[in-house]
Amino acid sequence: MNASMNYLDGNAAAGELSRIFAVDLTSAQGQCANCSAKKSFAEAHLYMQCPGVVARCALCGHVLLRLVNVGRRAFLDLRGMTYLRFDTAQ
Amino acid sequence: MTWRTASVVRLRDETTTARTLALEVHDWPGHVAGQHVDVRLTAADGYSAVRSYSIASAPSADGLIEITVERLPDGEVSPYLTQQVTVGDELELRGPIGGWFVWRPEQVGPIQLVAGGSGIVPLMAMIRSHVSVDSTVPFRLLYSVREPGAIFYRDELRALSNRGASLVVTYAYTRVTPKGWPRPAGRIDRELIANRTWPSTHQPSSYVCGPTSFVEHAADLLIATGHDRDRIRTERFGATGERK
Repeated sequence: MNASMNYLDGNAAAGELSRIFAVDLTSAQGQCANCSAKKSFAEAHLYMQCPGVVARCALCGHVLLRLVNVGRRAFLDLRGMTYLRFDTAQ
Repeated sequence: MTWRTASVVRLRDETTTARTLALEVHDWPGHVAGQHVDVRLTAADGYSAVRSYSIASAPSADGLIEITVERLPDGEVSPYLTQQVTVGDELELRGPIGGWFVWRPEQVGPIQLVAGGSGIVPLMAMIRSHVSVDSTVPFRLLYSVREPGAIFYRDELRALSNRGASLVVTYAYTRVTPKGWPRPAGRIDRELIANRTWPSTHQPSSYVCGPTSFVEHAADLLIATGHDRDRIRTERFGATGERK
């Protein structure tokens, strides 16, 4: 498998993110802070061969989210998204 | 979301390398077809490994779910789940997970499923859900496999596709075909997509699941044959999902 195919999608982070978020993040829509694309988080490209998980915009590759666990602490960086829109009816 | 205890209640081999585990999950809240679970194994020294597996069974009220696990040669978890686990063993499980790559019976319009290898698993949950609610929504499945012996759920798919027009199955073999098979072994291509999947004019919702390279290729072919990108949902898996 070549490096450019070395990713999964946002679905694969859903279990880890369910430890933090009370609602399902994969069906939330996020806006990329770089290219302004609005897509479901499930569509993000997810890289897991690193000390945490990194989600990148499927269109421009900009980092949307980083989640790293260090010991008993988790670091969550969401600055790559200008907003997340959740369906509150779920 | 918390970890739950699941007991193995049945085992069934699907192929020489894949096994279905039926699990009884304590306080299972129910799921939607297409969702997955995380399974955690913990060694005596405290080392633990978590892997994601799609649910293969239709939603039901009995607290049972099935997952089908393909054994990866250098996997940490899949060899245990496919070779060592026995009925009565307990696993730790978290789920159901994911609300995007799902099919709900209230969805209208035709459905196109495209599976690469063990990517069939969440799509089988959709097919079984479709059957269990007597849905009349027409389903088509394009299932790409290495060889005939690698097909999961073969008898069940045959029985369902013989039952009527609500499920049409097309197999595509990438390495070895059955004798006399009309199409030579090879990756799915534009001609196959054009001839054996819903035309874009029917505005199907498409679900594509498989290894990343397969998913990219299949989604590109659907888009190239006129399908709306926003009606294609994808789920990728692969060795990169083998979290350490």
